[in-house]
Amino acid sequence: MGNFEVQFRRDLLIAIRGRTETANPIAFFVLALSLFVFAVGTDSETLPRVAPGVVWVVALFAAMLSTENLFHRDYDDGSLELMLLHDRPLFIGVMGKLLAHWCVSGLPVAILSPLAAIFINAPSEVVAILAGTLLLGTPVLTLIGGIGAALTAGLGRGGLLLAVMVMPLYIPVLIFGSGACYRVLDGAPATGPALWLTALLVGSITLAPFAIGAALRASQEY
Amino acid sequence: MGSIKDAFHRMGSPRFFYLGSSLWVRGLYVGGIVSLVIGSFWGLVLAPPDKYQGDSFRIMYMHVPSAHLAEMVYFACAVAGFVYVVWRMKMADVFIAAAAPVGAILTSLSLVSGILWGMPTWGTGWVWDMRTTSVLVLLFLFFGLIALRQAIPRLDRAAYSVAILALVGVVNIPIIKYSVVWFTTLHQPASITFVNEPTIETSMLWPLLVNSIGLYIFVAGVILAAMRVEVLKREQATEWVRTITRSMQR
Repeated sequence: MGNFEVQFRRDLLIAIRGRTETANPIAFFVLALSLFVFAVGTDSETLPRVAPGVVWVVALFAAMLSTENLFHRDYDDGSLELMLLHDRPLFIGVMGKLLAHWCVSGLPVAILSPLAAIFINAPSEVVAILAGTLLLGTPVLTLIGGIGAALTAGLGRGGLLLAVMVMPLYIPVLIFGSGACYRVLDGAPATGPALWLTALLVGSITLAPFAIGAALRASQEY
Repeated sequence: MGSIKDAFHRMGSPRFFYLGSSLWVRGLYVGGIVSLVIGSFWGLVLAPPDKYQGDSFRIMYMHVPSAHLAEMVYFACAVAGFVYVVWRMKMADVFIAAAAPVGAILTSLSLVSGILWGMPTWGTGWVWDMRTTSVLVLLFLFFGLIALRQAIPRLDRAAYSVAILALVGVVNIPIIKYSVVWFTTLHQPASITFVNEPTIETSMLWPLLVNSIGLYIFVAGVILAAMRVEVLKREQATEWVRTITRSMQR
């Protein structure tokens, strides 16, 4: 487990010390949300109806934009290569990095989401389920985004490429996440989609680190 | 066993592949075009018009095979990706490089023909239902494969990365499909299954089968031809390619 802890602590420390970069996903989340309000208008019928979906989409973009630099710095300064040379299984270290990354990107967004929901006039009954689905869904976004980030590590042009690769894989998370919110809005139980989200979380925790490990090895291919 | 293994190894050699495949391309083109012409004529002229949809259902003879084939091409890419990840077989990557654009074209073809079919029958060109949406996602997955390869200059790394992405995508396809079931709406359930009696009239079914097989053969030919070009591009520094290009110039 040593590797997990080392990577987790190191990445968290870097994130805490580089405050502006860490704050970016959160700032993006708030800004993009208010842009939506400006675009849709403050109509008391439409805004509450679109609110859960909007929060989910914006959270998804925030997660995607922040995964972009998940491996960039490590690739540039060579510590990624050292991690690959290490004789411990790669996926454990990868898990540590991903967890640290989620703690500073997905987790704050999920914690902020009740506030964001009130901010864009979401109906009050949806607030709890929105935060809950984000808590379940954002780790999946980080894990899947990690695959894209690993595949594009060191290419120097993540941005749109990452989006093109990763967005189709994000679709199930988005469907179940905002689907659960709309179920609650329509007065139906949200257990189904919530269980699906949990299944996605478990599945991606199991599989994604291996894919990320393989992709990171590819990044050192000569 | 030995001879099978030998053949596998020889197929992994770009030179053997190139020299051995030229007749195959011609054969597949001829076979594919002939059966496409027969199937299309049968479907467009001889098959009876549909009771409810009139003649507009005939676009099915293009729509269904291309949608079906697009998915098969993605699965084939994933299988090739697996082969590349495990055995590092160069030709597997050449296959993905050649097949991904073909798959994207097939997917677009089935989407466009679906829109054209939907306008007279559903009254709307686009419906967010299960199969439309998952074919759209398939198009995005093909875009991902193409974009990732374009972005990576080093051939080895591009090959390995694209192979991993194809595998990740194929794991996700069933998940995406089931998540998309959430939007079930207008689309008729699949009419041709291998277990049940097809709910489509046999006089309409036969041309569809002929067209499907024809498109399979034709697309195999197209991919094979694209692979040959890719091989020439990658091996342009080798002596055997130079001899070929020199003989072509003469």
